[in-house]
Amino acid sequence: MKIEGNELIISGVVASIDRDNIDTDQIIPTEYLKSIKKYGFEDYLFDGWRYLDDGRLGVLKGDRKQNTDFILNKVPFDKATILLTRDNFGCGSSREHAVWALRDFGIKAVIASSFGDIFYNNCFKNGVLPIRLSKDQIDNLFKAFNKGFTELTVSLDSKKISQNETELYSFEVEDNLLERIIYGLDDVDMTLKFKEKIMSFEQIRKKEKPWIFSNE
Amino acid sequence: MPKTLYDKLWEEHHIITLDSSESLLYIDRQYLHEVTSPQAFEGLSKKGLTPWRLNANIATPDHNVPTERGKSFQTDNILDEISKIQVVELDKNCNKFGIKQFDITSANQGIVHVIGPELGYTLPGMTIVCGDSHTSTHGAFGCLAMGIGTSEVEHVLATQTLKVSKLKNMNVRFNGNPQSGVTSKDIVLYLIGKIGTAGGNGHAIEFSGSYIESISMEARMTICNMSIEAGAKVGLIAPDATTIEYVKNHSQLSEEEFESACHHWSKLTSDTDAVFNKEIEIDVSLIKPQVTWGTSPEMVIDFDQDIPDLNNVEVENKRNVELAKQYMGIEENQKLTDLKFDKVFIGSCTNSRIEDLREAAKAVDGKNVSDDIIEAIVVPGSGLVKQQAESEGLDIIFQKAGFVWRDPGCSMCLGMNPDQLKPYERCASTSNRNFEGRQGTLGRTHLMSPLMAALTAVNGRVVDPS
Repeated sequence: MKIEGNELIISGVVASIDRDNIDTDQIIPTEYLKSIKKYGFEDYLFDGWRYLDDGRLGVLKGDRKQNTDFILNKVPFDKATILLTRDNFGCGSSREHAVWALRDFGIKAVIASSFGDIFYNNCFKNGVLPIRLSKDQIDNLFKAFNKGFTELTVSLDSKKISQNETELYSFEVEDNLLERIIYGLDDVDMTLKFKEKIMSFEQIRKKEKPWIFSNE
Repeated sequence: MPKTLYDKLWEEHHIITLDSSESLLYIDRQYLHEVTSPQAFEGLSKKGLTPWRLNANIATPDHNVPTERGKSFQTDNILDEISKIQVVELDKNCNKFGIKQFDITSANQGIVHVIGPELGYTLPGMTIVCGDSHTSTHGAFGCLAMGIGTSEVEHVLATQTLKVSKLKNMNVRFNGNPQSGVTSKDIVLYLIGKIGTAGGNGHAIEFSGSYIESISMEARMTICNMSIEAGAKVGLIAPDATTIEYVKNHSQLSEEEFESACHHWSKLTSDTDAVFNKEIEIDVSLIKPQVTWGTSPEMVIDFDQDIPDLNNVEVENKRNVELAKQYMGIEENQKLTDLKFDKVFIGSCTNSRIEDLREAAKAVDGKNVSDDIIEAIVVPGSGLVKQQAESEGLDIIFQKAGFVWRDPGCSMCLGMNPDQLKPYERCASTSNRNFEGRQGTLGRTHLMSPLMAALTAVNGRVVDPS
């Protein structure tokens, strides 16, 4: 994310993966969920496709056998900041590690025709912008991509995607979610501003539905 | 205005509207396990906070735990050092904050979605969250239950609330009587095949109809469990006499509490004229046993149906089918019944409850696991399921037939513990995801019911159960 002129933008190399239903097990396999940290997942992004050997938590990229056919192992896509894919990206498990892996690799926006619900939510907690476009628009981007374009610019203010200053598509995203990405807001701090409201709600609930609290 | 069950649960837990898209909902129960909680506890500590309502939380280790533990096993006995750190971390965090944990030595330890209901912590009408997508399981009790990310786990620990956008309503009505050999697993796989893994995105699915009314809580949990594979993080079934009976037998509520709760629970139904954004009607009598052939749960067919032929699939799906067939090692014109299997896994939060084990045991009683099968394992969902199964002699039936009888955990559903497929091994699995590498690098997973998996163990191939 950077400011260009007066506009907040995400721009850079686009890596594309042409398939539907890329699940969170592909984005990051279970082996790496054994980490108790929130950072350091960049080398494990798309592990099963990116490497030819079996990985393990703590074994880094340099010590692995890379699949040179996989897009993220090719120049300039190894420095991609935007990912282009198809339908239902991030379906499957709730692991936030999937977003952490994308974020740690340097991906700042993912463009797809739809996303898994839990993955979509997790993106906004970690500064990764999920962008929904129609299937036709995605198709067109893939066609253009196959003809050799490599970079896109996403404007967060005007919610538009452009290529070489030619505006391509606009997209929709809730302002409050977008603000979370722009300002890196912490949800816990924000919610605790309503502490009194939560407490009084809880008191009433305790009185009306005591069985909910029966193990206390 | 008439309301759906989901609308009613939403309203009951609604604290405030935050903005155009999100509201703050009160969370009644949070389940915790070792994989998605350490970073949440760390975040809580860094902020100098403690859990908002301690007893709302229940923890157990399940994903990482070895399933060959035997008696007197301790956390320290876990051989995989990295797995051990995670389980130790859960022990530490639960001790530090005072959270109730059924640890690795507890007779009640098990898969979090199995122990919650059976220990009576899941009660109808609750909002339930867990850092695990199969939290939808608890929707079988008329709960608004959903999987959340680790940041949200921290948020619930800290505030007892969740910021949520309201979902749309979908109703799936299953009517009719199933054919013999067809179970709730087949029914839900069939639905996923019909609507696809994105079919329920953005929706809460309420399951209803005469079939749903006729089945046990175990079978209902299997269906709600896999609503996430249909794209819906929330699956729901309205509480009825079957639900009440189950809760009566499993909860610790006093008679007085139970009576007043029952009165409330009886109101947890969609109004008859409630409007759903999407409605689907399925006649279950037409459904045959379902088995997946590909690398997404929507790649599912009748066990004896032809696997999609590359020449006949629609253009936009061709690449998906091609990649899946390649990964699964399926040649043109091969049928599911032609494939030779290497391993069988009966377990997971989808199918490791007593009813599942009974069905599988009945199918293998007096028979032997095929010589083609390298290993067939049965992993009960919890200590209590294991105990019950052993009291019924199911462990003996399985072991006599050549199955290995294990200790509770998530096991080969996702292979975070030593239970994994080797490259290219083909597995008949009662779990919920057939994703690439899910059960082990390059492993090949075919999802099916406990009955079909048991029969596959005996025959080495998928066979007609009737």
